[in-house]
Amino acid sequence: MAAEPQSPLPSLDVLPETAGVHWRPRVDEARLHRLATLWTLTTAAHVVPFVGSAALLMWLNPLTLPVALVLVAHAWVIPELYAQRGANVLRPHRRSAAAPEQRSLGLLGDLVGHDARDLLAETGLVLERGRFGTWLVGETGALLLRGRRVYCYCVRVDGRVTGASALPSGDRVAHLLLALRADERGFATVANLSFSGAPWRLRRRLRPAMRPALAEAEKGLDMRSSRSA
Amino acid sequence: MSRLIRMDHTGHSTLAEWTSDDPVAVEAAVTAFRAQLERGYLAMVSSGPGHAEQVRELPVDAPLVILRLPIAGG
Repeated sequence: MAAEPQSPLPSLDVLPETAGVHWRPRVDEARLHRLATLWTLTTAAHVVPFVGSAALLMWLNPLTLPVALVLVAHAWVIPELYAQRGANVLRPHRRSAAAPEQRSLGLLGDLVGHDARDLLAETGLVLERGRFGTWLVGETGALLLRGRRVYCYCVRVDGRVTGASALPSGDRVAHLLLALRADERGFATVANLSFSGAPWRLRRRLRPAMRPALAEAEKGLDMRSSRSA
Repeated sequence: MSRLIRMDHTGHSTLAEWTSDDPVAVEAAVTAFRAQLERGYLAMVSSGPGHAEQVRELPVDAPLVILRLPIAGG
């Protein structure tokens, strides 16, 4: 029997950029769940030894209180540093000239709905409902809110391509938004996961102007869960 | 009137405009479209609220075709 001829081009349903990370399994619900569990275990592995050691020291000799406090501080700081890494995915890029910025924001505004447009103007982030949860898309990354957890993805226009560094902010967001809309699983596969944890950890690390977007996304999730209950 | 636009340093540039009953304009748009794909751009069209799809041939009936650059994990 003759072999089926292989298509020279990948399917259009799959983000072509996934070919650049062919070793990564394509993200699905199960993989998101596994990643969440892994992050929880990693956080526990950082926190429990420090807290346990502090408790042990205090039990052995209360005079070791200063050392115990240092250990507790470590247990607190390490997860905070991870959350900061997560918040950094939404750090805005430097602005282009006013005219290209306006023009790019106009195009982005045309791509999103009325409510998302208001939120974009206020926070610089686009709220997009997906199959996995609610996304907040920025210039250099995106947050996925799902259940009581947030996933912070670092993803941007490929800087190795000519012209990428000169793009205005609206275009940066639009690139990510279109890729997300075309293939959500592929988008999450291409992006690098910087942090996953409780939204409250991330909230205080976000720029104040962006916090309303996180609150809006969480509100959307609450409404979804109350509808499905 | 359909438009082919490319996101670039200017915000975006309109590369072609056409109507499906104007074969000369369509041909010019197809040529511009293919040239951009060869430069490494990816073509996207909106397919309903919250949905987009990639295309490799110019969809003549689409009102707006957007050319974007590839993305990568940061």
